[in-house]
Amino acid sequence: MKTRTADIAVIGGGAAGLTAAARCAAAGKKTLLIERLSRPGGVLQQCIHSGFGIHRFNEELTGPEYAHRVLTQAEEAGAEILLNATVMQIDGTGEVKTLTVYSRDEGVLLIRARAVILAMGCRERCRGNLGIPGERTAGIFNAGLAQKLINEQGLLPGTRAVIAGSGDIGLIMARRLSWCGVKVACVIEIMPYPAGLSRNIAQCLEDFDIPLLLSHTLTGIYGKKRVEYVTIAPLVNGVPDLAQEKKITCDTILFSVGLVPENELSRACGIELDPVTNGPRVDSSLMTNIPGIFSCGNVLHVHDLVDFVSDEADRAADSAVAWAAGERPGEAAITVKAGKNLRYTVPHRAEAGKTNHFYMRASTVMDKAELRVTSPEGRIIFSKKLRYVKPAEMISAAFPCPEESTYTFTLENC
Amino acid sequence: MSIIYDAAIIGGGVCGAAAAYRLSRYDVKTILLEKESDVSFGVSKANSGIVHGGFHYSAQRTLKGRLEIRGNLMYDQWHQELDFAFKRCGILIAAFKPEQMEEIRRLYEQGVENNVPGIELCTRERMLALEPKLSETVCGGLHAPGGGVVEPYSLVFSLAEAAQLNGVELKTRFKTVSAVNTGDYWEIGSESGEKVQARYVINAAGLFADEVSKVFGGEEFVISPRKGEEYLLDRLSPARPEKVIFPVPDEHTKGVLVIPTAGGTTMIGPTAQITGDKTDNATTDLNKKSIFALAKNMVSGVSEKDLITSFSGSRPVIEGKEDFLIQISDKAPRFIQCAGIQSPGLTSAPAIAELLCQLLQEAGLFLQEKTTPFILPEKVPAIREVTAEEADKLFQKDPAWTHIICRCEKVSEAEIRLAIRKGHTTLDGVKLATRAGMGRCQSGFCSLEIMKLIAEETGTPLAEIIKRESAGTIVTGCLGGEKK
Repeated sequence: MKTRTADIAVIGGGAAGLTAAARCAAAGKKTLLIERLSRPGGVLQQCIHSGFGIHRFNEELTGPEYAHRVLTQAEEAGAEILLNATVMQIDGTGEVKTLTVYSRDEGVLLIRARAVILAMGCRERCRGNLGIPGERTAGIFNAGLAQKLINEQGLLPGTRAVIAGSGDIGLIMARRLSWCGVKVACVIEIMPYPAGLSRNIAQCLEDFDIPLLLSHTLTGIYGKKRVEYVTIAPLVNGVPDLAQEKKITCDTILFSVGLVPENELSRACGIELDPVTNGPRVDSSLMTNIPGIFSCGNVLHVHDLVDFVSDEADRAADSAVAWAAGERPGEAAITVKAGKNLRYTVPHRAEAGKTNHFYMRASTVMDKAELRVTSPEGRIIFSKKLRYVKPAEMISAAFPCPEESTYTFTLENC
Repeated sequence: MSIIYDAAIIGGGVCGAAAAYRLSRYDVKTILLEKESDVSFGVSKANSGIVHGGFHYSAQRTLKGRLEIRGNLMYDQWHQELDFAFKRCGILIAAFKPEQMEEIRRLYEQGVENNVPGIELCTRERMLALEPKLSETVCGGLHAPGGGVVEPYSLVFSLAEAAQLNGVELKTRFKTVSAVNTGDYWEIGSESGEKVQARYVINAAGLFADEVSKVFGGEEFVISPRKGEEYLLDRLSPARPEKVIFPVPDEHTKGVLVIPTAGGTTMIGPTAQITGDKTDNATTDLNKKSIFALAKNMVSGVSEKDLITSFSGSRPVIEGKEDFLIQISDKAPRFIQCAGIQSPGLTSAPAIAELLCQLLQEAGLFLQEKTTPFILPEKVPAIREVTAEEADKLFQKDPAWTHIICRCEKVSEAEIRLAIRKGHTTLDGVKLATRAGMGRCQSGFCSLEIMKLIAEETGTPLAEIIKRESAGTIVTGCLGGEKK
């Protein structure tokens, strides 16, 4: 077994990991990035549509272009990238962390680093996780897998598809399938509002006359060899109304029903997770409960835009760089809570006396809302008017934080 | 002149494969015929994976009771010889109402009569000490330390592999549709027109044993599929118990169990429903709800949030008969029936194979042990189970060992390539042989990687790789229509 040392080890070579590695290396730290696949870039590589980088690069890039940018930055800054290498275990005890890595090129590696950045991304929730009834035939795909099959291999997943869930990958795939001559019968969404971005609803469904059935659920998948039809039903008072159940003929069903941060590795090394985000609980330096282990990107919470993933990765990198240099952040003593109309806020603890960055998601659709941050006594610490609020779109806020025991974030009608 | 086999076994499930394995010790030419593209893809694929304790049925009054207890005891030898996941973790029957203790006592006495090793009648306190995950509402029960769990498909794969190493021929994609008795041998025809000649035939066709019996002019019976749904929980589920937990059985079923599977996950199920359709493998929302409700009452920590997947399989029950039908046919010559192998068929399989060989001898096939050495399959390590030091040693032999393809179940490229080289050339075949794709992402990440390895190893274009024989190709074509 070989041993390698680094100042900072970054786990995961998607947008978050590459951005963080670039920043760490640019700050002069010896940085080692560990990526399990044979090519860095993560999910960006299969997202051949444009729309990436508008905020960060002031340009509309495709996924592979965005990946290329951040990869080039990481390489030019001198970060070392290990490919075909999987972190099996993290030992987070002690000043120096040890990662056990299985690598195709080097066998078993022990990587010792002063700081670790978790950037493992997320996985798609699948049919099996939801327990959708019916048969297990061919023709059942996660939207992301179907996207990879088409965009990376030129393979067609089917000829007539139904898409379950209106997440962004599902919407993008509705358009992609239409372009490939695959008929998309409909997109069904269990919630009364879409899960994906508005621009994707317009560009991927409306432009192609693909019906979006809101408040509908998939009640079964049937067929002998391949999928032959699915059954759907509208939700009435939150339960499927089986009297209105109907069959939709298709040979393919794609699932775009949510993303789950991949934190099994984090969990195994004792990192506390937030049951709402499924990501680590972090302070405003994006450090987990284990000192020296930081987290950013979709493994921390699922983002809507890659630009924000990179912004967050920059902040995790800055914290890791400071940590590796021996600096210790001030105590993040403010407990941050998601209140009315918010599903969650990240980070979970804030540090008084400096500007903290917060990301959050609404739990409902609102027109004209005010984001309000209040102290336990009801004093308004920060407020911001929002033109509209949707669960699909992340809300961000950054403000200097006065000392308080608790901040409660809420969305108020106005 | 084509070869005339001494024995043809129809059906590559656990009984067929076990019979093939046993016959491979003797100086006879045997062929195993399977309609799927791999063995174990019928009843043996989708069941609870339990090695039962030997107390549910009377060994004196039922054939299945007798074979269950004997089969259970024979598992250790199989486990020594073959490469499959098996653990004698023990079985508990938990009573949750005082009036159920009467049935517990009856089962205990039956177990004692069957000579079940170590069977124990337990108080509430003893039950909770044996299994801390049990619900506090338990009021007593039964403990059979010799019961356990087995990964049924890896068992069948290993049996078939070992049989082949010792000269048995395996013919897949052979669906038996005709049989002609020439007087000396049977000429067996497949759906695609292939012919195989064999002097003796074993009908181990599972759900289709009634149809095969008919083809040979054997006994007339009807296999009535009794469907069971199972729900699989993440290996990190806090519900995973140490022992298999059964409720008190009713007249028709052993009830919904909580199973610490041999593969490391937790499984809850099965249901028992007569469907009338042998190809119905649908799961239902109603049963999902009822299984979760029942399991939650039995152990703590069961949650829908940990659900990975669900599946169903059917037990091949002979209509009007709750027991196995294993006998020399009274109607078809040189034809041995091995039908109605419902629960506890998996447990009984080693004993069933032994009995089938006896019956072949009685029917006139001379079985003499080979003088050549018997070859056992090499045990393939699972990278998720070995230490880092061992993993590094494997890497020295082949770098593919430290290349993880399935992140959820931690399966290496080396394990996948080995499985493909052994003939598991479908996506589902690789999954059952290695567990790649069986974890929490349900192959969302590794499907394409595995397809690429299959393509590389077999030369099959990606577009033509199948999920399994009965499901067909993964994709329907290529962009622009060209073949890749």
